[in-house]
Amino acid sequence: MSAYESQIREPLVTGSKDYHQITKDIVRSTESVPPLIWFLITGFTATVMTIGFIAIGYTVWMGIGAWGLNKTVGWAWDITNFVWWIGIGHAGTLISAILLIFRQRWRTGINRSAEAMTIFAVMCAGLFPAIHMGRPWLAFFIFPYPNTRGPLWVNFTSPLLWDVFAISTYFTVSLLFWYSGLLPDFATIRDQAKGKIRKMIYNKLSFGWTGSAKHWQRFESLSLVLAGLATPLVLSVHTIVSFDFATSVIPGWHTTIFPPYFVAGAIFSGFAMVLTLMIITRKALKVEDYITINHIESMNKIIILTGSIVGVAYLTELFMAWYSGFPYEQYAFYNRALGPYWWAYWIMMTCNVISPQLFWFKKLRRSIYFTFVMSIIINIGMWFERFVIIVTSLHRDYLPSSWVYYSPTIVEMGIYLGTLGLFFTLFLLFARAFPVVAIAEVKAILKTSGDKQKREQHEPVANGHHH
Amino acid sequence: MDKYIVGLFDDDEVLLKAVAAVRKAGVKIHDVLTPFPVHGLDTAMGIKESRLHTVGFIAGAIGCISAISFIVWTNTVSYPLNIGGKPFAAIPSYIPVTFEITVLSASITMVVSFFVRSGLSIFKEPRIFDERTTDNRFAMIFDLKDVDAGKVKEVLKQTGAVEVNEKNFES
Repeated sequence: MSAYESQIREPLVTGSKDYHQITKDIVRSTESVPPLIWFLITGFTATVMTIGFIAIGYTVWMGIGAWGLNKTVGWAWDITNFVWWIGIGHAGTLISAILLIFRQRWRTGINRSAEAMTIFAVMCAGLFPAIHMGRPWLAFFIFPYPNTRGPLWVNFTSPLLWDVFAISTYFTVSLLFWYSGLLPDFATIRDQAKGKIRKMIYNKLSFGWTGSAKHWQRFESLSLVLAGLATPLVLSVHTIVSFDFATSVIPGWHTTIFPPYFVAGAIFSGFAMVLTLMIITRKALKVEDYITINHIESMNKIIILTGSIVGVAYLTELFMAWYSGFPYEQYAFYNRALGPYWWAYWIMMTCNVISPQLFWFKKLRRSIYFTFVMSIIINIGMWFERFVIIVTSLHRDYLPSSWVYYSPTIVEMGIYLGTLGLFFTLFLLFARAFPVVAIAEVKAILKTSGDKQKREQHEPVANGHHH
Repeated sequence: MDKYIVGLFDDDEVLLKAVAAVRKAGVKIHDVLTPFPVHGLDTAMGIKESRLHTVGFIAGAIGCISAISFIVWTNTVSYPLNIGGKPFAAIPSYIPVTFEITVLSASITMVVSFFVRSGLSIFKEPRIFDERTTDNRFAMIFDLKDVDAGKVKEVLKQTGAVEVNEKNFES
C-alpha cells in the first residue's frame, strides 16, 4: 500500500464503504423527493425570511428612524448582526482552506457544507451595512468609480471602506473556491442521473467535467493556491472588521488586542454554527458515516482552543483597562460589567468563557446532544459579545447629558430574524440539491482513513504482502 | 466517427502501474479519467506541471501594483484631500485595500484560466466514455487513430484492467 495511516487515528469514514457506496450515499439525497418534514421546515424558514424582507422594506421606506438608534447609539443591532454573521462565515474558510494547508483529513467530511454556510452567512452579513446606509439605492457610492463630483474618490484611509473591499473579496473568493470544488461532484450526480433533464441540469452545473487527468492536475493546483490565498484573506477580513472599532477613539474600542481577539471569536462562533448544522444534517440525510462523532470531537477541540483565546482576551481587556490608569477606559469596562447592560455582559461571559471549558471532558466532547446545546449557547454568547462591545461602549457618551438606554424596535428584530430565515432557507435548499459531502475528496482519503481499509491494513490478508 | 478503446480499472494503484506499463510498451494514451485526483498520475502520464500557479502569481502582482498605484493617484494627483492630517500618500492605510485587490485578482484570474484552459463551461457537452468514471472506475482512453486495437487490448488485460470496451462518437 502506498497510503498508510497510523492505527491510533480513528477512521474518518465508517460503515465499511467502497467508492460506489460513497457515491450512492451522498447522491441519494439529491435524487429523491424531500420528505414532508423538509417542506414544513423550509416553509417555516421561508416565512421568517419573508418577515425579514418586509421589515427591510419598511426600513427602506420609512428610513433608519424605524430602528431604536439615536444620536448617542448610532450602531447597535445592525452592526452586531453584521459582525456576528461574518464571524460565523469564517469557520467555513478555516475548514476548507487552513485545514487543507495543514493536511487535516477530517476536513473532507464537513468542508462542503461549511463552505456553503460561509457563503450564506456572508450574504446575510452583507445585508446589514447596505440597509444601514438608509438609502441603499445609492450603495454604489462606496465603490471608487469615476464620477462628476470632482471626481471625488472614496476615502481609502477609512476602515469602513476597507470593509467594503474585504467583504466583497471574501464573498467572491469563497464562492469561487466552493464552486470549483463542486464541479467533480456535480459530474458524479450527472452520471448517476436517470432522467434527461436532470442530466442536462447537472451537466451545466458541472461545466462538463469529466475527471481528465490534466483537469485534475489543474484542479489540485487551483484549490491549493486558492486555499493559500483564502487563509490570509479570512484573517484579514475579521481583522478589518475589528478595525471598524479599534481605529476609533471610543473607550472600549480603541485597543490593539482587537484583531486577534475578533478572529478567534469568529472561528469560535463559526464552528458552533457548523456543529448546529452538521448535527442536524448528518442525521436528516443519513450521512453519519461521513460526519462521524470524531469529526464532532475535532470541532469541539477547536472550540475549546478558540473559546479559551476569547476568554483570555476578555480578561486582558479588563486588566488593561485597570492597568492603563485611564479613567474613561476604566469606566467603559466598569459600565459593561456593572452598568445598565450588566445582563448582556454576564450572558456573554457565561456562554463564551465558562461553558466551552466543559469540553475538556471527553465524554461531553463526544456527546451529540450536549454538543448541539453548546453550539447554540456559544452562538448566543457570541451575539452578545458583539452587542456588548458595540452598545455598552456607545450608550454612555463623554457627555452625561447624552447618556441613553438603547432598545431595539420590532423592525430591527424582524430584520435579524429574517436573516436567520434566509440563512436556513438557503442551507435547506443546498442540502437537497447539492452534494453535502465532498464526494471526490472523501474517496481520495478512503484508502487511508476508511474503517474497513484500516482494518485490512492492520491485518493483511494471508496471501497479501507485508508492510 | 471517432473510435476509442476504454480500459477500466477499479483501483488507483493498479492504474498507476498500468499507466507506466502501457507507456513503456509504447502505446499512446489519449486520456485518463478518474473519480478523484490520483497523486502521481500526472508524472506517470508524462503531463507537464500546471502553470496555473504562475498565472495566479502574475495576476496577483498586477492587481497589487495597480491597486496601490490607483489609490496613490486618486489621493495625490486626481483629488488631493487632507484626511485627518495624514500625508496625501498615506501608504500604510492603503495596505488593506491593496491586499484585498491582490487576492481578488489572483483568485478570479486563476479560476477563469482554469475554466478556459480546461475548456470547461456551462455549454460544454462532454464525451462520456463511461458513466462510472465519476463513481468507482478509473478509465484509460485510447484513440484508435493513434493505436492498434489488438495491441491495446492485450496490454490492458496484462496490466489489470477489469473491463475493456469500445466507444464511438459521431464527430
